[in-house]
Amino acid sequence: MSAARLTSSAIDVAALTREVAAGDRGAVSIFLGTVRNSNEGRAVNGIDYSAYDAMAVAEMNRIADEASERFRGVAIALEHRIGTLQVGDVSVAIACAHAHRAQALDANRYVIEELKRRVPIWKREHYLDGTSEWVDPLRRPAEVAP
Amino acid sequence: MTVRVLLFASYADAVGKNELTLELDDGSLVADVVTRVREMAGGRALPPAPLLAVNAAYAPPSTVVRAGDEVAIIPPVAGG
Repeated sequence: MSAARLTSSAIDVAALTREVAAGDRGAVSIFLGTVRNSNEGRAVNGIDYSAYDAMAVAEMNRIADEASERFRGVAIALEHRIGTLQVGDVSVAIACAHAHRAQALDANRYVIEELKRRVPIWKREHYLDGTSEWVDPLRRPAEVAP
Repeated sequence: MTVRVLLFASYADAVGKNELTLELDDGSLVADVVTRVREMAGGRALPPAPLLAVNAAYAPPSTVVRAGDEVAIIPPVAGG
């Protein structure tokens, strides 16, 4: 089973965990991505996340399905937040449950790596100096006036 | 035929729109959509071969566009 969502409010990690927990699943792995206070040496005070909503949800579900194929028996729930987030806020949460810990952990790693590689979500970082930029993980983004 | 084109993030900022409709000849490819958008004001900020999606799934530039398709030009993703 798997379920992926976008949300514009705070992610309820406990609720996400309950979605995958079951008596025959002795291992639950939780990954949380949070807004870091610096990037490339610059002080960050917030990030605006935006998405191609329909495709982001579809792609997250495809990734969860792939993980379920690779790690048979894993249950997956994940949620990505969009909108304006402050330093420390949870931007993404992934819960994977399996009978055993190796599959629970490996499935989680698979989901976050694929999510970062291909889910159509973008972030615009706001820096303490008043500037902001679209983040391109593959290269330094162009400077944009505040 | 008419197709809907979606732009996001830095590409939407460059062109000044996040959605537009294009009239295309039958048999056009999604690569032709990119060519047309790059001819618009600000369009040169887009790379010649960006990531593309048709109807919410990644698609190669050689994909033939059909009437009513939703073509998305996808900037480098940065989720997580």
